[in-house]
Formats: sequence, C-alpha cells, structure tokens
Amino acid sequence: MIIRQLSVFLENRAGRLTELTGILADNDINISAFSIADTTDFGILRVITGKPELAEKVLKEHGFAVKITDVIGIVMRNKPGALHHALQILTDNGISIEYMYAFASGDDRATAVIRTDAPKKAIEVLQLHEMELLQAGDVYQI
Amino acid sequence: MIWNEHHECMDRQRLTELQGERLRDMVERIYFNVPFYRAKLQEMGIEPGDIRSLEDLKKLPFTTKQDLRDNYPFGLFAVPQHDVVRLHASSGTTGKSTVVGYTHNDILMWSEVVARSLTMAGITRNDIIQVAYGYGLFTGGLGVHYGAEKIGASVIPISGGNTKKQLQLLEDFGSTAIACTPSYAAYLGEAIAEEKLDRSKIKLKAGIFGAEPWTEEMRTQIQQLLGLKAYDIYGLSEVIGPGVSMECACQRGMHIFEDHFIPEIIDPETCEVLPYGTLGELVFTTVTKEAMPLMRYRTRDLTRLHIDKCDCGRTLVRMEKCVGRSDDMLIIRGVNVFPSQVESVLLEMSETRPHYLLVVDRENNLDTLEIQVEVEEQFFSDEVKELEGLRKRISGNLTSLLGLHASVRLVEPGTIERSMGKAQRVVDKRKLK
Repeated sequence: MIIRQLSVFLENRAGRLTELTGILADNDINISAFSIADTTDFGILRVITGKPELAEKVLKEHGFAVKITDVIGIVMRNKPGALHHALQILTDNGISIEYMYAFASGDDRATAVIRTDAPKKAIEVLQLHEMELLQAGDVYQI
Repeated sequence: MIWNEHHECMDRQRLTELQGERLRDMVERIYFNVPFYRAKLQEMGIEPGDIRSLEDLKKLPFTTKQDLRDNYPFGLFAVPQHDVVRLHASSGTTGKSTVVGYTHNDILMWSEVVARSLTMAGITRNDIIQVAYGYGLFTGGLGVHYGAEKIGASVIPISGGNTKKQLQLLEDFGSTAIACTPSYAAYLGEAIAEEKLDRSKIKLKAGIFGAEPWTEEMRTQIQQLLGLKAYDIYGLSEVIGPGVSMECACQRGMHIFEDHFIPEIIDPETCEVLPYGTLGELVFTTVTKEAMPLMRYRTRDLTRLHIDKCDCGRTLVRMEKCVGRSDDMLIIRGVNVFPSQVESVLLEMSETRPHYLLVVDRENNLDTLEIQVEVEEQFFSDEVKELEGLRKRISGNLTSLLGLHASVRLVEPGTIERSMGKAQRVVDKRKLK
C-alpha cells in the first residue's frame, strides 16, 4: 500500500529537468505521476516511477540528490465531494498532510498522492472506511 | 621537548642582536651578488654599511612574488650555479612558477628547522613517520623527509595519493605520525571509516598538517577521524618550504624560527609596519639562506604575531593561523570578507559540505554577495520548509559572522567545480564590468 516516491533536489537551471527525464528514458523507466515544488532558487521533484530502485540508482550515478519517501495513493471516484470525503477521514483521525498532488486516470477515477508523517496509520483508517488505495504494484509496472 | 634549546629559547635581546648581525651579512651578500637587489638598493640610496642592526630592517625595500617571476628562473640567486644543490618550484597556478634554489648549507638549515618542528609535535627517533606530502618540485615531501631523518625517525617516503597503500602501511608498519595536507588527512580518515579498518591497528599519535588553510573545526574533525593530535605547520617555498613556523604542544599559534626568518607584519595597503597583535600581512627576511636570500618578502598571508612567552618555554614569536590572503580578501560594501570565514561557518554546520563558492556582483552600485552551498545528499529533505529552514540558518550564521548580508543559494551536490590544486572559491563579477 505504501508507495516509494522519489524526491529529487533540482537547481533552477535551464535544462536540468530535461536531463533527468532523459536519464529515465534511457533506462526505460516510466513516470506514473509527478509534481514539482519550487522556490526561487531550487525545486523538489516528486516522482513516482516504475523500477524505483533502478531510478534512484541511475539518478544518483548522474549526481542528483535523491531521497526515497513513502507516500500513499487514494483512489476515488472522479466526482464532486470524493476528495473531501477522503480528507475528512484523515482529519477526523488526526492525520495531517505535508503535501499532496493528484491526477485523474481513465474516465471515472482519480488518484490523490499524499505525504503524511503517519503513512501506516493513514492506510489503516482509510481501509476501515473502505477507501480504495493504490497498490504499489499498480504504479510501478505502468 | 625542544630540539635546539639555545636558539628556540633565546633571550629576546640576544636574539635581536643575532638577527641584526645576520641581516647585515645578508644585505652585503645580496648587494654584491644579486644585480636586481643592488639596483633596487642603489635607487633608494642604501649601501650595505647603512644596515647596522635589526632596527634598520624597515629601511629596506620589499620583494614580491612578481619580482620572483620577473627574474625567472635564476635571477635572484646569490651564489654561482655550482653551489646550488637543489631546485624546487611552485605549481604556478597564478602565473609563471616561482623557482627557488638551495645550497648544501640551505638544506642543512631546512633540515634543522623541520627537526625543531617535528620535535614540537613530540616526534622522536622512536617514531615511524609516513610522509604523505608530495615529493618532487613541491617542497613539502622532501622538506619533511630531511627533517625527520635528522631527528632519526623512521621515514616512509610514500608521497601523496595512493590511498589504499597509505592505509595498508598505516596498519602494517604501525606509523605513529603522518605528514600531509589537512584535506588529505580528512580524506584518509573517511577512507578508514569506509573500509572499516580495525582502528586498534592504527597507531597514529601525531599529524603534521599544512600547505593549505584549514580551520579549528577541521582540526577537530581530523583528530576524531584519525585518533591523533593534529599540529599546524607553516611554510612557503620562497622562504624555505615547510618549517618556517610550527605549533608546539600548547597550540597557541606557530613559533617562527626567527633566528633564520625575521617576520614583520605590515598594512598591505600602506606597507607600514604594524605592532605585535595587529592583523596584517606577513613579511619575511631570510637572513641565513645562501642560494636565494629574500629581503622583506611579502607572503600575502594575513595573520597576527604574539610575543608573550609561551608555556612551552620557547621565546620565539608565535603567528596565528592565517585568516586569509591579502590578495584574496574581498571588500564587499566596505567589509573585509575571507573565504576561510565562510568555510568555518559551513564546517560548523553538519548539514553542509565545505564545497562553496562566493559570487560577488554589483547591482545598482551596491555590492552583492551570494554564497552557493552544496546540499549534502544525506540531509536533503523532500520538504521545501526544511530546505528553506536550512538556507535561512546558513544565511543567518554567515550574516552574523561577516557583518554583512549574504544570500545563500543551495546547489546540487557535486556541482561546484572540484580542483586538484588550490580550490577556486571566489567569482568576482565586479571586475568584469
């Protein structure tokens, strides 16, 4: 249930992101989801890829500062109120979110990737409320 | 323990007399043997007879590195070539290399000052010293080598690099002392930890580190990594090489061997001689050197001299660790900034590596200082607030130390260019305009 997300430190330098996607492409690594948090000087790329261990290794070999972060992915119906329902469960259980990003997949489903300091507890409470969670296997193999 | 008590613990007045005699003799030698110096002295209307005591030193003109370059290679030699038994040269990273020559007596004097230095670090004939300074044109290796032999220690002339072999010999030979640059010492320490060597087999007790600037924080780091006491040695090839001054067990600065090298501190702008305790540029007059004596040589190193007697019993003046160089000191909005200050702040913080670059620029007629710092991979957080916090902490620490606002830019590890020689720490864009 826990998904291994890669976080990469990126300087705000022209072409740096392209270098990174080039390295992933050369190693036949697919990107399932990503987001970039940026400041004036640097950005942090958060990316879920197939073959996360390989992705970490090849990026490190190319001098990137890479860190593996555990995140969870909640799968919801792509309709009004679905995200609110999921977040309400987390809030009611005292789980705070450090950051999140979301993507819609297919016609009627959407996934929210959530980073919290208590991923295991989050999984437990979400399952208790019969929420669907993204399986690591699903994303890594895309 | 003191190697040469007579000269290292001399009464100040007797030392001054000795320096005066030797100065008089040296001025005569260069006046009659070095056309460059004769012309310079004649221009100023000075004759050898005018220099009678140490007091007269301040009448003499300075020698600069440029003078050495202009007289490349042998123009400043004061003896015929057949009396020169050794030639060394600097790397020449900032221009044409500077060449220095030694007579047989010069080599003996050099061995003497290095023997005194090693004795300060507690090294005796019973020690095994691994000399990991480079041998060759660079003065480090051979300088320490001859001094160690004079003491009667067992010398391992391994030279620099070849880390695996260094570690093997540390274990197999049980080296009790090592001499190398402080950065290489830190590297060896990290290698010991990485290779998971048996620490009980490492017998090191003293390290003699010099040839590049280093900080107290780095000393602590090296001492922990290698399990030894780290001593600072200072020298420059123009004066003799390593052994111009050395730290004793009290570690309150480096004693300068004043019976051979007369130090002065000057204001680098006005060239006025400054009193003891004042920060300024270090100047040396080498009164006993035969092949290439130098008159008031400007080292460009910035330091202070202290004359109060040291607890070790030596009366020789002590110089502080150099805080920087008068030629790489930056003046930013009227504030003096040295790259070494930045380094010491970064080393105090565990989250950064001492890989940094100072970028100075000018916006709207106002100087700006940006410090680029590499983020250590193990401390990289994937949260913006953590990294922003780190950036602010570095910036705050630097600003309070420098007394001037410095903006900090975090950069990826490995992106600041590494240098095999002297690291490039400053990019001053102001000069380009």
